[in-house]
Amino acid sequence: MASVALTNLDPASRAAARGWSDLTIRNLFIIPTLIFLIVFNIFPLIYSLGYSFTNFAANRAEPWQFVGLQNYRELLSDDHIWSNFVITAKYVIVSVAGQMIVGFGLALLLNRSFPMKGLITTLLLLPMMMSAAVVGLFWQLLYSPSWGPINYVFGLGDFAWLSNPDSALYAVAITDIWMWSPFVMLLSLAGLSAVPQHLYEAAAIDRAGWWYTFTRITLPLVSPILLIALIFRTMEAFKTFDIAYTMTTQPTAELIAIRLYKQAFQQWDTGKSCALAYIVLIMVLAITNLYVKYLNKVKER
Amino acid sequence: MAHIELKNITKKFGGHTALIGLNLDIADGEFFVLLGETGAGKTTALRLIAGLEKPTEGQVFIDGVDVADWGAAERDVALVLQQYSLYPRYTVRQNLEFPLKPKIRRLPDAEIKDRVARAARTLRIEHLLDRKTDRLSGGEMQRVSIGRAIVRKPRVFLMDEPLSALDAKLREALRTELKNLQMQLGATFLFVTHDQIEAMSMGDKVGVLNHGRIVQTGTPHEIYNNPRDTYVASFVGSPPMNLIDGRLVNDRAVMAPVNFELPLTIGAKSFGGGRASGATDGRPLVFGIRPEDVYLESGAPVEARVHDVENHGVEKILTLRIGDTMLRATVPARTDVAIEQPVRFAWNPDKVVMFDKGSGVSLRHAG
Repeated sequence: MASVALTNLDPASRAAARGWSDLTIRNLFIIPTLIFLIVFNIFPLIYSLGYSFTNFAANRAEPWQFVGLQNYRELLSDDHIWSNFVITAKYVIVSVAGQMIVGFGLALLLNRSFPMKGLITTLLLLPMMMSAAVVGLFWQLLYSPSWGPINYVFGLGDFAWLSNPDSALYAVAITDIWMWSPFVMLLSLAGLSAVPQHLYEAAAIDRAGWWYTFTRITLPLVSPILLIALIFRTMEAFKTFDIAYTMTTQPTAELIAIRLYKQAFQQWDTGKSCALAYIVLIMVLAITNLYVKYLNKVKER
Repeated sequence: MAHIELKNITKKFGGHTALIGLNLDIADGEFFVLLGETGAGKTTALRLIAGLEKPTEGQVFIDGVDVADWGAAERDVALVLQQYSLYPRYTVRQNLEFPLKPKIRRLPDAEIKDRVARAARTLRIEHLLDRKTDRLSGGEMQRVSIGRAIVRKPRVFLMDEPLSALDAKLREALRTELKNLQMQLGATFLFVTHDQIEAMSMGDKVGVLNHGRIVQTGTPHEIYNNPRDTYVASFVGSPPMNLIDGRLVNDRAVMAPVNFELPLTIGAKSFGGGRASGATDGRPLVFGIRPEDVYLESGAPVEARVHDVENHGVEKILTLRIGDTMLRATVPARTDVAIEQPVRFAWNPDKVVMFDKGSGVSLRHAG
């Protein structure tokens, strides 16, 4: 009777009167979540893996056939898909680099005491809390060529940010930087405030300048948490859909997630889009793995 | 090397006053110990000299120059802290090199190597140079942190309870080492501690700090034998000086409320003219006597009972009970006593210090 031995229930409680044990109660809490996860996450994941080997189309009643690796073969030899990947890579690099620089910079500025620090920090966090679709729509207005405030402030005349094939992707990246820099800032702040003050004092006594202290003390101590921010942001940026989709229709800004969406819900090529989704998943996993490996190395140092 | 002077320093943190009208004069090449309880303002005084805090009032002089506008870097001091403050993730060597490598005053590589090697040899940490700092024991870390101070050849060494976090054996060893190091370097040391043994054994001069004020400054000998007031008397020494209320009657100490009396050597040299400074008959006083100046003798004038015996190996510390008054006496270890045994004791009348009952100030200092 192992379950009896584990029980810590008050014998006078109602649960005990019903003959329940700790384990029964634990299971009552966990099982609904497990069911939810299995039904809505794990099952579709496995099911779509199955679909990716078929020519199934969700909008047709025709019987589908098993086609083996044909979907994967077609996708990987499709130049169009590759150009989507290149666009996504550019987007990830620009927006993640931007977020890291802006976010960490803000954190450095905020990592001291000044009046209304709490309020200012909270205000800076607001973009992160908005819905991406709303952010996309707002920035579409801000970028508006004829009356958008951005062109007005920078004196750019009627520069069409979102319908210019050269700038559309970067315009979306800037919006993403605006929205997600606060996230990097928040993590960096946590990292910075964990650096003990006495190390800075010791460095000041050792006559180290600002840059020397920053590169020799601050950066090495904050780098693990910066890497975590980098992992999160890279994964998210790779999957970006909503902002880009609401902001522009330029083919030069067609991220892999948008391509996937079109394939699945405009062309209704369900089997093939499942295969594409798996390709994306494997890529994201590979990149994250590299980061995590590096993170562990940094932590060991 | 430098001469340090604090003039009339007051430091407030919000509503809390850490230091009040502090005056300190630390001579070039001196080992000065600032002794006080936790919260007495020792660390604040140190940080003011280092330039990590600004005084609310008063001035800090280094070699006669007012350094009010100088940052920590310009003051060229070294600070060793209780928590070591080693730079994490670096090896011992990298830690020692750290203060030598900033671009502005970067030394030639050969010089850096030489200095690190010399510091490592002095502190006997050569075998640790390539180890990461988180793999060191407490004593090793503290040595590295002292090493980081000496590679720079600063003008002043400031040490904030550097030995407090170490175990007793190591503390003793490093105490001697630090003192030797200071003599070898001929450097000015300001050493802050709450441990009176450290103060006594290391300091050329000791300043006793109480609630943000310097109570007494002097050599360890002066502080120990001629405390300025009852605070110093009870703070310095282990066990502390016995303090007993009483009166002066016909050149004898008459204790009240318990009635016993003991002779005094009024006018003796060690007394510094006790009579002149108001040791008049009948005045309420506090008599101070060090435990080692209390001795047991069969024919001695006062009877007491042994309340407690603490055996320290080389000696025994007895607590004697006379009525409700407790008195500590240090006696040779071979003295055979049992608890509750009646004994007779006397004191060395030359060594008695008299304090005014009201102010607590020693009559020798009052004039």
